[in-house]
Parts: sequence; structure tokens; C-alpha cells
Amino acid sequence: MSFNLAFYSAFFAVLGLVGIVLLGLGAHLYVIFGVVVPYVAVLLFFVGMIYRVVRWGRCPVPFRIPTVCGQQQSLPWIKRTLGDKIESPFTTRWVIVRMLLEVLCFRSLFRNLSVSLDKEGPKLSYFSNKWLWLWAITFHYSFLVVLLRHLRFFTQPVPGFVHFLDSIDSFFEIGLPQIQISGIILLIAVTFLLIRRITNPQVRYISLPSDYFPLFLIIGIAFSGILMRYWYKVDVVAVKELALSLVHLNPQVPKGIGWIFYVHLFLVCVLFAYFPFSKLVHMAGIFLSPTRNLPNNSRYVRHINPWNPVVKVHTYEEYEEEFREKMKEAGLPLEKE
Amino acid sequence: MYDGGKIITGLIIGVILLSFPFWYNLGKAAKFPEPKLTPKAKQAGQCVETKVYMKAHHMQLLNKWRDDVVRKGYRLYVGLNGKMFKMSLQNECLKCHSNKQEFCDKCHNFVDVKPYCWECHIEPKEAKGGK
Repeated sequence: MSFNLAFYSAFFAVLGLVGIVLLGLGAHLYVIFGVVVPYVAVLLFFVGMIYRVVRWGRCPVPFRIPTVCGQQQSLPWIKRTLGDKIESPFTTRWVIVRMLLEVLCFRSLFRNLSVSLDKEGPKLSYFSNKWLWLWAITFHYSFLVVLLRHLRFFTQPVPGFVHFLDSIDSFFEIGLPQIQISGIILLIAVTFLLIRRITNPQVRYISLPSDYFPLFLIIGIAFSGILMRYWYKVDVVAVKELALSLVHLNPQVPKGIGWIFYVHLFLVCVLFAYFPFSKLVHMAGIFLSPTRNLPNNSRYVRHINPWNPVVKVHTYEEYEEEFREKMKEAGLPLEKE
Repeated sequence: MYDGGKIITGLIIGVILLSFPFWYNLGKAAKFPEPKLTPKAKQAGQCVETKVYMKAHHMQLLNKWRDDVVRKGYRLYVGLNGKMFKMSLQNECLKCHSNKQEFCDKCHNFVDVKPYCWECHIEPKEAKGGK
């Protein structure tokens, strides 16, 4: 697919979504965008996630296929360091350590390398390339903080950890409402991820609308959120009333929430609904990656393929029993006389 | 399902964590805030700007006032209809809105906002009685 088609189709899809909300608000469809769409999105999210995980769970993993880069468990005199134990886990306990590092620290992304051919001659060089890891991890953690901060709209009383996060987030006390660092970092990080996709020729070549769409969607969400917090003010008390009524399953749409709130909410709903059916489902998929979550114990445990058919075998003992007389006549050696 | 036990356990943990807002509030009735105006504020009928503007932008206005007074030394603010106001939280705002607990705190507590006004300013006396 050409770059232009992939890039612009995703870009205009997100713009179109914004257009849909604005048209809907023009027609006073507040209940649709304030109640129906959020419920449908949340339902699709949970049902979709469960469906995907159960479908993965039904796939047999007959062989151990972990990708490892450490000395595997072998003869007792072959030493294994801590790194080997993590990189080539032999027991479930070390698999858990490996998975924790993967999920919390993006360890396999940390190993990202850039490959280049030397201009002078045919010399291949590998460089450590941490930029993708850096922006990926800042993106994910800032998004997590932003998400947790939003709990202040969904809980009453607000749990202490939400306020704690909020106070750290606005540590520098810049302006009023105080600038929350996580929102800014989220926008910077997701923009970097987009720029990388556009400027890196190899990544650009393989990028599809489904790669650009979530990026534009998240940029739209972060941007509309920041605009709403600092510039186009909405009635926060009314927003919280709506949010609480939604989670209490007693939906009521208060009047007079600004339009930008509905844009923000609709983009978030699209993200939730889109989540289980897109690449974003790696949130659940990471836990079910056989190259990460399997212990490397093929030499120790026999793994039997669950779909192996039952094979009718004819052992040598049975063979000898069957042809004993004839073999004896022919003078062939027998195991049992 | 293969490794069904582990996968189902993980799935249940995931669903419980992600549905946090739905079960956290169970059985807790939310009280929606209704800030009360003092008789004096009602009588004045008009804040320094319109009610809509004040509701949305009061924090930005106060921030500007602080910068204007502390850093630039300005003391007068031209409000709605050219009316002059003294830029002062304690001597101007609190003159009418002297009921912090019934006015400011109502909405701030509801949406979990803890303004740092009172790190420098003295809270109105009624607040000292405690909640």
C-alpha cells in the first residue's frame, strides 16, 4: 500500500470521526454520544478482549518456541548466570521474572538495534538504538498515568492514589489549572512514534492505515483533552455527574457540557471499541506470547503435540512373535528363543 | 482450552482491574455539589466577570491577578461594564464569598481539586471550626 493512501486514509478517518460528533451535536444527539456510544464501546471492549483471549487460549502450542539469548539449562557443570536464567528461563518462576521485565520494562524492545551498511565498503554495523524503547515506554507509562488520573471523574469519594498521582503530575505548579506533565509527555511521545513511522524508510514501507489510525486517534484524544483542560473549558462538575451516572448504570446527561468534551469522549469510545480488533490488543497479547511465556525446557520435558493422531504401532517384539517360526527356519537371530 | 486455568485466571484479574470504576462506587451514593452564595454575594448579583466566565475561568483569573499584583505591582482590575476591582483574594473575593466550605470547597472536593491558595493566604475564619 502506498504511503499516501495509508497515511491520509487514517488521518481523514479520525477527522471524519470528529466531524461525526460535531454533526451529532448539531442535531442535539447528546444521549447518543453521552450514553449509548460509551456503553456500546465499553461492551465491545470487554466482550472483544475476552473473545480474543479465549480464541488464543484455544490454539495449542505444541512445541516450546521461546526466543532466548542465554545459556540454557544443561549439564550441571555448565554455569548459568542470572542473565541466562532470565533470558532462557527453565522454570515457571523465571518465566514470571522474564514476563515482568517484558511487561513493565519492555526488555525485548530495549535490545532494538539499528543496522547499517558502511558507505566505504561492504561493512555491516549494528548500533544500539534505544530511541524507540525510550519513547515507547514514556508513551505507555504516561498514558497509564493519564488513564488513572481520569479515575477522579469515575469515583466518589476519589481514592487517595489518584490524588497522589495528580499532585506528582502537577509537581512544577505551572499555571492554573496546573500543567500535568503526563499529558504533555504523552503527546510528545505519540508524535515521536508517528514521526518515526513517517521518516524511517523501512517502517514507512510496511506501515498500513491500521498503524496510523491508532496514532492519529491517540493524538486526537490527547490534543482534545489538553485543549479542554487549558483552553476550551467545560463544566467539570457536569462531566463528573455524567461519568458517575454512567458507571452507576443510571445514565443522565447534564446540560451545558462543552462540545469539546463530546469530541474527546467519542474519540476515547472509538479507541475502546477498536482496541480488541486491532494491533492494540497486544495489551492482552503480550501475556500470551509463546516466544516469551514458555520455559525453555525442551530437553528436559517431553512435550506431546495435542493433535497427534493415535498411531497404530507394531513393535519389534510383536513382529518377532508373528514371524518366529519363519525366522527360525531361515536361521535369523531372535531376541527371544 | 490449553493452559485454561492460567488464562482464565489472568482474564478474570484483567476484567476486575479494568472494570474498577463500575464496582468501586457500589453502594455509595454520590452527592452532587450545590455551592451556596452568601447573602452579600446574592445582593451584589454580579461577580467581576459573568457567571459563565467565572465558573470556567476563575482559576486563570486568580492566577493572572496574582502575577499582576506580586510581579508587576498592578492593583486594579477592570471588570464587567468597566467596574473597577481591587485585585485581592482576601480583600475582594472573600468579601462576598466568605463561605469557603459552602462555596469553594463544594465543587473542588467533588472533582478532587485542592487549590494551593491557602498555602500563602489565610483561610476565612469559618474554616477553622473544622469539618
